[in-house]
Amino acid sequence: MKRAPLKLLSVLGFFLLWAIIAAAVNSPDVPGPAEVGLFVAREASSGELFYNLAVTLSRVAAAFLISLIVGSAIGIVMGQNRAVDRILDPWIIIFVNLPALVIIVLCYIWMGLTEVAAVTAVALNKIPNVVITMREGARSLDPKLSEMARVFRFSRMRTIRHVVLPQLQPFIAAAGRSGLALIWKIVLVVELLGRSNGVGFQIHLYFQLFDVAAILGYTLAFVIVMLAIEFSVVQPLEHHLTRWRPKPA
Amino acid sequence: MSADGEESEILRDLAFTLEAGTFTCLIGPSGCGKTTTLRILLGLDRDFSGTVTMPAGNVRTVAVFQEPRLLPWRTVEQNVRLALPPGATPDIQPLFATLGLQAMLDRYPSELSLGLERRVALARAFAVMPDVLLLDEPFVSLDEHTAERLRELLIELWRRHAVTVLMVTHNVREAVQLADRLLLMNGRPAGIVGDVAVPMERSKRSGDRLQQFLDELTRNHAQTVRA
Repeated sequence: MKRAPLKLLSVLGFFLLWAIIAAAVNSPDVPGPAEVGLFVAREASSGELFYNLAVTLSRVAAAFLISLIVGSAIGIVMGQNRAVDRILDPWIIIFVNLPALVIIVLCYIWMGLTEVAAVTAVALNKIPNVVITMREGARSLDPKLSEMARVFRFSRMRTIRHVVLPQLQPFIAAAGRSGLALIWKIVLVVELLGRSNGVGFQIHLYFQLFDVAAILGYTLAFVIVMLAIEFSVVQPLEHHLTRWRPKPA
Repeated sequence: MSADGEESEILRDLAFTLEAGTFTCLIGPSGCGKTTTLRILLGLDRDFSGTVTMPAGNVRTVAVFQEPRLLPWRTVEQNVRLALPPGATPDIQPLFATLGLQAMLDRYPSELSLGLERRVALARAFAVMPDVLLLDEPFVSLDEHTAERLRELLIELWRRHAVTVLMVTHNVREAVQLADRLLLMNGRPAGIVGDVAVPMERSKRSGDRLQQFLDELTRNHAQTVRA
């Protein structure tokens, strides 16, 4: 637990630096932590903050789950089957290079300004990355363990749960980590372009009012939510899943 | 098929029958196709022409591989239990006791020595109570003391479970100590070049008598057997 105070100190240092810069510039365009904190408190007491955070978070969760499941399925098949890999590889390269904005705009045009279009657009942006990571994972599956499972007549479920998934776990974690960060950034753009609620919409709104404290307030609030997820869900889960690894002394 | 994509014939006219409940060792120089033979018997290698006939009924064939092949993310006990057929809950504590694994049940494979991992692999194979057990040089790269102990355990388990054993080894002394019968394999492509019964009782396979048998074996099959 020696690392915790150091981390805390680092975070405090960040806020201190921010406060000093804000005081030095002394402009309404660069609000200090206190002003931003005040906005967050006001927005929280009206309920507005939590509503918009929840809306954005649910979009992030939906897009995250869809892209992880669909991307994993495609990636694993590609990693295990050379023919499928050759056929789908150019598609993946095309999709991974399509600008997020193009996918979002096209989804809204073709599917209307709907929730489905928003989540689909975000998922489509993320799926190629998941595919590439999971394909790598599927290629690295140990054939010796698969043979063992066959010799001992493991059922399909048993093989997936005890032989395949533990080997894919680091790749799933990597795809998830980078996925969560990328997805919430894209969700904000999607909200800005075609939704009437969520953090992205609020930032758009306050951009038109040039209210920088509000923009930073929403950003800060969401970053805190993501940090909370990282520390309360992602890290303990990872720790649990890698408990079998030999620990460095 | 080799790694560079070149096709080569490894085995030809290979034929043998194993008597139920016997212990047979397959001996031959490295790379002559012993492991391939086991892989064919296990159904892991389908690139061959010929037949493998198992006795009628639901015959369980399992293997102890050259490497222990344990699941690193499961404990010793989970590794053994996962190999059991669905729904089966035999009492495997005596097996753990015989193999001296009781204190290790909650450990992960990475915390075990190679010798202990090999014991777990043996436990896993015996826990399913197989009819046929194939072993692929299960005691290589162990110190002689540990290997000797594991050989004794293997014989003890084989006696108790009445299983048909085929073990691949290139350690002739080990083979003569363990087996009822030796199958000698050689050639390119390889086939069976010798079929030798070991007439001595297992308890008497030591000292001069063992040496005498080994000498004779080496003399008769100089191409295949190097003591």
